[in-house]
Amino acid sequence: MAHGPAKGITRWLFTTNHKDIGTMYLWFSFAMFILGGAFAMIIRAELFQPGMQLVEPAFFNQMTTLHGLVMVFGAIMPSFVGLANWLIPMMIGAPDMALPRMNNWSFWILPPAFLMLASTLFMEGGAPAFGWTFYAPLSTTYAAPSVTFFIFAIHILGLSSIMGSINIIATVMNMRAPGMTYMKMPLFVWTWLITAFLLVAVMPVLAGAVTMMLMDIHFGTSFFSAAGGGDPVLFQHIFWFFGHPEVYIIILPAFGVVSQIIPAFSRKPLFGYDSMVYATAAIAFLSFIVWAHHMYTVGMPIAGELFFMYATMLIAVPTGVKVFNWITTMWRGALSFETPMLFCIGFLVLFTIGGFTGLMLSIAPADFQYHDSYFVVAHFHYVMVAGAVFSMTAAVYYWLPKWCGRMYNETMGKTHFWISFIGFNVTFFPQHFVGLAGMPRRIPDYALQFADFNMMSSIGAFVYGASQILFLYNVIATIVAGKPVSDDKVWDGAEGLEWTVPTPAPYHTFEVPPTVDPAHAHS
Amino acid sequence: MQLSALTNILRPDTAWQAVVTRLAPCLLGASTMLGAGFAQAATKNQINMPTGVTQVGQSIFDLHMTIFWICVAIGIGVFGVMFYSIIYHRKSRGVVPAQFHESTKVEIAWTIVPLFILLGMAVPATSTLLEIYDFEDAEMDILITGYQWKWKYEYLSDNGENVSFFSSMSTPQGEIYNTAEKSEHYLLEVDEPVVIPVGTKVRFLVTANDVIHAWWVPELAVKKDAIPGFINETWTIAEEEGIYRGQCAELCGKDHGFMPIVVKVVSQEEYNEWFAVKQAEAAQIAELMEQTFTMDELIARGEDVYQRNCLACHGANGEGGLGTAIAGSAIVTGELGGHLNIGVNGVAGTAMQAFGSILNDVDLAAVITYQRNAFGNNMGDMVQPIDIFNYKKG
Amino acid sequence: MLRVSDNPAIDTVAKLVAVAIAMFAFVFVVMVPLYNVLCDALGINGKTSGQAYTAVQSGIDESREIEIQFVATNNAGMPWAFRPQQTIMKVNPGAMNETVFFARNPMPDAMVAQAIPSVSPSRAAEYFHKTECFCFNQQPLDGRTSAEMPLQFIIDRDLPRDIRTITLSYTLFDVTDMAKGAVAAR
Repeated sequence: MAHGPAKGITRWLFTTNHKDIGTMYLWFSFAMFILGGAFAMIIRAELFQPGMQLVEPAFFNQMTTLHGLVMVFGAIMPSFVGLANWLIPMMIGAPDMALPRMNNWSFWILPPAFLMLASTLFMEGGAPAFGWTFYAPLSTTYAAPSVTFFIFAIHILGLSSIMGSINIIATVMNMRAPGMTYMKMPLFVWTWLITAFLLVAVMPVLAGAVTMMLMDIHFGTSFFSAAGGGDPVLFQHIFWFFGHPEVYIIILPAFGVVSQIIPAFSRKPLFGYDSMVYATAAIAFLSFIVWAHHMYTVGMPIAGELFFMYATMLIAVPTGVKVFNWITTMWRGALSFETPMLFCIGFLVLFTIGGFTGLMLSIAPADFQYHDSYFVVAHFHYVMVAGAVFSMTAAVYYWLPKWCGRMYNETMGKTHFWISFIGFNVTFFPQHFVGLAGMPRRIPDYALQFADFNMMSSIGAFVYGASQILFLYNVIATIVAGKPVSDDKVWDGAEGLEWTVPTPAPYHTFEVPPTVDPAHAHS
Repeated sequence: MQLSALTNILRPDTAWQAVVTRLAPCLLGASTMLGAGFAQAATKNQINMPTGVTQVGQSIFDLHMTIFWICVAIGIGVFGVMFYSIIYHRKSRGVVPAQFHESTKVEIAWTIVPLFILLGMAVPATSTLLEIYDFEDAEMDILITGYQWKWKYEYLSDNGENVSFFSSMSTPQGEIYNTAEKSEHYLLEVDEPVVIPVGTKVRFLVTANDVIHAWWVPELAVKKDAIPGFINETWTIAEEEGIYRGQCAELCGKDHGFMPIVVKVVSQEEYNEWFAVKQAEAAQIAELMEQTFTMDELIARGEDVYQRNCLACHGANGEGGLGTAIAGSAIVTGELGGHLNIGVNGVAGTAMQAFGSILNDVDLAAVITYQRNAFGNNMGDMVQPIDIFNYKKG
Repeated sequence: MLRVSDNPAIDTVAKLVAVAIAMFAFVFVVMVPLYNVLCDALGINGKTSGQAYTAVQSGIDESREIEIQFVATNNAGMPWAFRPQQTIMKVNPGAMNETVFFARNPMPDAMVAQAIPSVSPSRAAEYFHKTECFCFNQQPLDGRTSAEMPLQFIIDRDLPRDIRTITLSYTLFDVTDMAKGAVAAR
């Protein structure tokens, strides 16, 4: 078994190695991050000044739609699947994923799905222009013909996610090294296990929603059309029954990453491991009963409004527990501030701000003013970008030396952090203001009183976008010519089985299960 | 893509000039406004929610600020501890890390305490929601219908003589495409505002004609989704006279950003006068229907109607765009019957609406005449309101 | 616990695949019917029953009058003239009431329409009983003809006392193509 990777392109096409597949996921998601980012740059360039300058309104809507879809399904989700592929077997002492061939499939169906989605840009009538939430009937009766390709793409990437999740669950449940009990697993494995269950439960719901759209468009059914006895509001219920857990699917692995990195650079064990696990499970459970808080203005009975408001407010409790635990982990530690730690602290500050605005949004009567305004846009970028993307960036800096045996340039990493942090806040903080002042989201042009903050926002976006080029350069430079590291434990405070294998991590690890040291199990 | 505009925005001198002249005062403005305890009306660079001119708006604003300050207080606590750690518990200061890693008591405390804070938030939130959900005893009702991409207002009356009209954005294309100076209420101005009396409980019934829209006026603190096939209701009592502007809040297609709402709140007397005029106008239209117009009258009226209703899709010069070209069109330059059919009944499955139910017969006659005699179309024929009436009648 | 396979990994996978398939089916066989049930029960979107009401009310409540507003709108691309004959009626709960809506098809060809009712406030929907309604069926109309479409309804005596005005809106949809499809399918 101790052979290395195959040569040439076939290594990547036919690989069943979790590290190869993880690498492909990571590069693919970065490519999608750049593509989705390019769409965002077009949006921000158009919104730089009042008036239509660069694109037409119809194209602008295609950009907001594709930006959302590509970032959520192409960039953030696959990036965490890539991380899971690389790390879960190494963290639980398994030689590979439980189902290596399915693993290969779940990656390789992704690029065609996104190729299909991107190709809609060149189709008659243009790409989907109904927002990433694709509310009927704008996405059915009134959609461009490309909607059918969009539906097919969603089916494929949903399938990919389900296969990936099944694989992760099967791996975690069956392939842990002897002595690695559930409550000894690293928190990243725990958060991913719960995420995978969420995915298996709700990706089929998304598939159901788009299948109904397909039937309404092509086979004469009326799920979402009042004319035939259906209801467009039903679509929103089904979509958000998927969509709200989806939000946690994106953020839970990020919680896992932060729970690995903060203890490492605090040189102190994670505070409240057990409560972290319970809080994650509580968040996952609550995510199923809060979906209609995305629909407060749809005209629900007051009992519904109250139920969803109270349930949503409750999410603040387990989320608060997590933040308190992270901060208590730092308390009286011996902190150092390498790039991964900087991104985690950035995450902590900005995600907490996003949490606060989330709490504000949960208040139904106040949401009548916030709903569908830029305040919402600011909120979810604080949790998605500063939450998921910052933690993902932290993860890359943290584990890259272990993966390739070379150290990244610390100065460049820190520069990347500060430019990102400043760029991000300049982009999204003013969006709270314009949203509260009355600027709706998804508009290609705006009234004059919003002009200055929008210009600020656009400048911030260009800065944030440019900082990712620095990131790309740093990663490539590290892989090609970074300073070699040979310590198994790249970071002195790092804990966990992945730091017990040689650096760089060999192609095959833990072909003989390791012995789990009960004292140092979870980190 | 407009290349001239592209080069314009990329020309460094103008772009940078704009950045410097606009952002510097904006930064100053934001800080002074924060100091002054937030702005009141929809002003330039406003950073907070408007308190608005309704009781509900005030309640929502107070609720919003309550939650905001609670969050700020928690934030100061949480970030205070974090930054204390960052400053004093650094490895570079030579500290030895503690090794504690759990405390059930602490975990229980920071689960229970937030629950009580949330309870404190839920009480005012619930009472505000109950206030908003009291729909009864409205003195008048207005049916609001969202269309791609305009609003229709219908004042429901007891005697069946409802007054209804469409309200479309009146910002000229030139301002949007940067060939003309942008006016003060750029994108937030309409040809016909909806008028309501001050201090009166007005119930809005909200629905849509095609896709989902949402009717939002921040200063009335009203936002409700308009759903095709179903009606939603909401209400307001505006306590100050004035003009309040809002926009469609739910993505509804291409011109989602270009369907503003303007609400004019006036005294009861002024409202009565306005309403009488509206009813008279309706009667006048009925009278005009009987009249015969000259070509010049029809062209003049038709040009105006074209700009408000047709231009967005068919272009300023009839060159087409989202819609087909009017200039040289086979339908427009063909037999009158075909042109009338499309004008009155629209084209199913396309964005071409049935204008027979949107425009009155006088306007429809005028615009069809205009189309047949503008943009190089030289049909020379005329359509009179009575022709439209008869065509509709069959 | 049920074991599908002796290989524990395969066992896990089989169960998870079953969960995924079940969740897909859940959307169609649970969520859609459940939503419709909830709509009827809670009056979501002001939906009223699509069936004729047959129960008998125990007498007329003379102590209060409810104002009923009628609203008629056309959905996109629906060229018919469509309006209530009366825009407002004052009725007693428990009493049988009758009104008509007027419709005219101005097009040269026959068309089929479907009216979708919606009641506001939505919590009044469950108390709005229709014994006869043109909305129960699709309404065909020959080209250039008109029709009076009847509506008979009773307001339930149990209508909450704080509701004094009820709006009944009909949105008229063009279902000519849908109706043709149904005929072809038969």
